[in-house]
Amino acid sequence: MRSAKELGHYPMAENNYSVVIEDLVKKFGDFVAVNHINLATQKGEIFGFLGPNGAGKSTTIRILCGLLTPTAGRAVVAGYDVSREPESVRQNIGYMSQRFSLYNDLKVIENIRLFAGLYGVPQNKLKKRIDWALEMANLNGQENSITGTLPGGWKQRLALGCAVLHKPPIIFLDEPTSGVDPISRRQFWDLIHQMSGEGVTVFVTTHYMEEAEYCNRLALIFRGEMVALGTPSELKRKSMKGELLLVEAEPLGPAVEALQSAPEVIDAAVFGSALHLMVPSAVAAIPHVKTFLEEHSITVHRVEKIRASLEDVFVSLTAERSQDAEKPS
Amino acid sequence: MSFTRFVAVARKEVIQILRDTRSLSIVILMPVILVLLFGYGVSLDLKHLPVYVWDRDGSQQSQDLLKRFQASDYFDVVRVVSDYPTLVRAIDDGRAKMGVVIPWDFSRRLHDGRTAQVQALVDASDDNTANVLIGYSQALVQGYSSQVQLDWLRKRGQSGQLAPLSVDTRTWYNEDLESSAFIIPGVLALVMSVIGAFLTSLTIAREWERGSMEQLISTPVTALEVMLGKLVPYFMIGMFDVVVCTGLALYWFRVPFRGSFATLLFSSALFMVVVLSLGFFISVIAKSQLAASQIALVVTFLPAFLLSGFLYAIEQMPVVLQWITRILPARYYVSILKQVFLKGTPTQFLYADLVPLTIFAIVLGLLATGAFHKKLI
Repeated sequence: MRSAKELGHYPMAENNYSVVIEDLVKKFGDFVAVNHINLATQKGEIFGFLGPNGAGKSTTIRILCGLLTPTAGRAVVAGYDVSREPESVRQNIGYMSQRFSLYNDLKVIENIRLFAGLYGVPQNKLKKRIDWALEMANLNGQENSITGTLPGGWKQRLALGCAVLHKPPIIFLDEPTSGVDPISRRQFWDLIHQMSGEGVTVFVTTHYMEEAEYCNRLALIFRGEMVALGTPSELKRKSMKGELLLVEAEPLGPAVEALQSAPEVIDAAVFGSALHLMVPSAVAAIPHVKTFLEEHSITVHRVEKIRASLEDVFVSLTAERSQDAEKPS
Repeated sequence: MSFTRFVAVARKEVIQILRDTRSLSIVILMPVILVLLFGYGVSLDLKHLPVYVWDRDGSQQSQDLLKRFQASDYFDVVRVVSDYPTLVRAIDDGRAKMGVVIPWDFSRRLHDGRTAQVQALVDASDDNTANVLIGYSQALVQGYSSQVQLDWLRKRGQSGQLAPLSVDTRTWYNEDLESSAFIIPGVLALVMSVIGAFLTSLTIAREWERGSMEQLISTPVTALEVMLGKLVPYFMIGMFDVVVCTGLALYWFRVPFRGSFATLLFSSALFMVVVLSLGFFISVIAKSQLAASQIALVVTFLPAFLLSGFLYAIEQMPVVLQWITRILPARYYVSILKQVFLKGTPTQFLYADLVPLTIFAIVLGLLATGAFHKKLI
């Protein structure tokens, strides 16, 4: 007997998971953009995809929307396999691409009507849905503005409004707030939380660390691979190879150079006007670091234990990978 | 195929065309400008060609011959010169297309019943004009020659006819031999190529360039709905322009229209499907506005201009080119246009052109439908 999975039926997906990715690979020629990624998102979850530019975030999201065909592995969205039933997937998702890609030469209302038509919103619900989208995007009164004349943050809200006109259970947002001012970014995230509260799964990519903190769960993506997965606090607790010290010293350059070769220091990196040191044990390391720097005639202002931020987690995880990659095999 | 989604795409496309002054002006002004340009600017009629003469004889008879040149519509005797270098210089610098030299013994030879030769120096840098000049002057001299022969016979008391043989010509279809009547019907093929292939290739490539295609294909809209939604508005515009151009041809340039209007619309619709499919196909492949527009011009506009029989008769092309014209849809459309306008050929006699055009429309239409996939790569 064939298993339910082979028949294209995903009981798991129907119950708790809205996006299931199994061993997903995407190659462009020799370049591996997505390298064996596995994950599953729960319904109503805000799932963040965090990583630098070119890490494979957009490629993954495009595969999930059926815009790219995976090289290997499978992805199931809203219960449908993206390779085999891309049209069923598209009925159940909203997608906002990285570049603003509504029509700048159309009026706000014309863009909304276009997407309502494309998503097949029925005539008797049309007015209600359009009003809802305008309300949600806070664009009441702007119906007849030419889209291209709107400020960046407003355009993003309009794009989100257009992507959810058909009330999809899952929305994919590819760097939705890049190039948007901080206040608009905050408003945009309020919208995301509101939708998540209504049971919509939000799959969002970003390279802003503070945005990553707003997500329920995060996948850290680096060079096509998923290097960590968990809630922001889990990642901060578990993913670090040691504890973090904040060091304020002068001059900073020689300090970081010296500390990189110091005993008991796993890693040292500049963060703003200070240094972050990773050490096996903060309590044990503090006196050693002070003496070590003074021996190198560097003035130490402060050394103290701090809690890791997501950025520290990310730097720590990717630094390992970079070193691995550079080692001759 | 969902009608709602098709209408959504088509309506958006119409709004964009109406809102963009550049494409709007191509849609409305370009057909009018092309018809006026070809109606007035391009004339294949050669008339009033400047001629210099050097009459070395200066007799009554030589003057008679020169008067015939003067009286002809085709020649303008611009100047009479009295030396060879002046004549040569005039041809060299283009003031004269032809120089006529009458020899010093012209009248004496005629008087003696011998053959008198007249020299014609022709500027053949434009071979078409040169051929026409040679033809016209030969006919003119031939006419004068018959007259001289008759006079000679009569002087000797013999009777004779002015011309034992004569051709009675009647020009059919384009009675006044107006090149505008010959050219203007074919302008429709140019207009359709620009609207169908050029504008369409821009509209789809633009969506790829601006990234809006990515958003569009992430929705449940199907490839066919995108294609039809984009092409149907341009189809309407093309047909509208056919009517505009035909109106200009008939009421402004007085080009005759003898065939059926339904045949004109039907064949135009077929040709529109051909160029739209080509434009769509090109833009799917090219994905950039610049590349798409250039390919569209080379693939549709240039052949329609040069190889369709629009300006240059296909029968006079080298055999290889004649074969190439057979794979050009424009050739069949131009042939239909000329027959519908000038000859009034009944539709059942147009199959030789209608059948290939229909085949092109079906094949290219299917090719375009299959070319577009809702994938980024």
